[in-house]
Amino acid sequence: MNRRAILSIIRKDLKVVAQSKAVVLPLILVPAILFVVLPALAAFIPSLAKLPGSNMPRLDVLLSGAPPGLAAALSGYNETQKYAVWMLVYLMAPMFLILPVMVASVIAADSFAGEKERKTLEALLYTPTSDVDLFVAKTLSAWVPAWLVTGLGFVVYSLVADLTAWNLVGKLILPNLTWTVMVIWVAPAAAGLGLGTMVLVSSRVRTFQEAYQLGGIVVLPIVLLVVGQATGVMYFDVGLVALVGLVLWAIDVALLWLGVRLFRRDELIAQL
Amino acid sequence: MGGNFAIQTRDLTRRFGELVAVDHLSFEVESGEIFGVLGHNGAGKTTTVRMLNGVLGASEGSARVLGLDPAADGVSLRRQTGVLTETPSIEERLTARDNLSLYAALYDVPPGQVAGRVEELLTTFDLVDRADEKAGGFSKGMKQRLALARALVHHPQVLFLDEPTAGLDPVLARAVHDLIIQHSQREGHTVFLCTHNLVEAQRLCHRVAVLGRGRLLALGSLQELGRQWVTTLKTTLEVEPERSAEAVKWLSARGVEVADHTVPGRLTIQGVGRDDTPALVRSLADQGIPIFAVIPQEPTLEDVYFALQGEMEVAA
Repeated sequence: MNRRAILSIIRKDLKVVAQSKAVVLPLILVPAILFVVLPALAAFIPSLAKLPGSNMPRLDVLLSGAPPGLAAALSGYNETQKYAVWMLVYLMAPMFLILPVMVASVIAADSFAGEKERKTLEALLYTPTSDVDLFVAKTLSAWVPAWLVTGLGFVVYSLVADLTAWNLVGKLILPNLTWTVMVIWVAPAAAGLGLGTMVLVSSRVRTFQEAYQLGGIVVLPIVLLVVGQATGVMYFDVGLVALVGLVLWAIDVALLWLGVRLFRRDELIAQL
Repeated sequence: MGGNFAIQTRDLTRRFGELVAVDHLSFEVESGEIFGVLGHNGAGKTTTVRMLNGVLGASEGSARVLGLDPAADGVSLRRQTGVLTETPSIEERLTARDNLSLYAALYDVPPGQVAGRVEELLTTFDLVDRADEKAGGFSKGMKQRLALARALVHHPQVLFLDEPTAGLDPVLARAVHDLIIQHSQREGHTVFLCTHNLVEAQRLCHRVAVLGRGRLLALGSLQELGRQWVTTLKTTLEVEPERSAEAVKWLSARGVEVADHTVPGRLTIQGVGRDDTPALVRSLADQGIPIFAVIPQEPTLEDVYFALQGEMEVAA
């Protein structure tokens, strides 16, 4: 492996990505809305409940079909506290996985399909960088920032969630074991899912926008997890989180295996 | 294959489905030679460059570049070759300096030498004043200069150039020509020049290959190609000015095309076979018309290229 070439390409890709509004804007807006604005709204739960004519359903009714673990985890809280803890700790957990998927997808779309669109790929293919080194550099330039942003997002989210919850619950609710496992074990795998999908999609399209739009499908499994958690069909405990991570890693291996096979110089240059 | 050749190909072929982009191409390029490749769009020039750099595999045949097999030793080979692609392929969101530094690293220029080499190239290509501006704001000519500087960043042994002066003004084009000559003469490096610009090829190239639909139609020095493909000669005759009109009349009566006789005493005839010219001149002299000089004009590359048009149409 040519470490110098790999690092140079990563640095270049990140510099280029940082100058594209189409890439940077979603990378700032989506996390800000999901992990700052939404948890901050949880602070208004008591006010909402007290509004005359409030028809907020009781959480135990809402989650009547939920696994027993969730009910146990929420026992000992009053109704308002239950709502806040359920929203901040459980409902948001699968939603948090959107972050690594999105960051990795956007950067990978720019790095793989965007390079074709900007017609800069050809010069890169004429360098003495091997196909594997190029592939590793391009995947790392999407995967590493995705993981870093996720880690940073987790710290920010924990702060906002704790600040919000402190008045309602009187204690810190994050980080807990489930979230820690999620950030360390599942988030990088989720980033790999976004990245791997984008590598495959980018091999068939010519522009960043095409890749981004087609690759957007990758958030669907995460949306299913969010719906499952919101409707109480499942409960994001440590066991389930570890299992989700395992499944995602397995999918990543398959996607990257396919990606390496598609990322061949002669295939790439023939598309230019 | 062997000898002191920088590039050798034997029956090099590349197919894309039914299309034969390069068709059994065999040629050699000597070390230090400036070798021109001419041909219409789609003649197979770019595909050949790609195969010679190990970026695209051959469907058939073989090639050696600097003694290496591009298909098997692509990485080692590309350390020693530089390529200027048809589109400049510049990273427009980076500055000129960043573009060059990136490629210096990718071409393994020792880290301690990168800054100096980049500065040297910025100076050579007149980009110093705009070195820290994003290349997206550059004119077409500046991007072309930057791309050429990038191709030279690691002192390549073989330089592949695809239309190197496209978009450059005559002064810069001349500067690029000088650089190419310097690359070949002073450094002894080989240049593989793909161009549509016949004047450029004539000025720079030691030998030229003409491709048509992937096939090698002609190969040789300008003189060789002229002899082989331009069978008629353009000749200027200097005759007694007062007998000029008489000479034109005599020549025209024998079906000889007098292309130019605007200057009294100076006639340019064309369309006469190389071997028939001495006899024609002798007959004219036998008419008592004094002939002071017979100046044959060697065919230009343009003459050769247009003489090959028929071959290209057959290939198409």
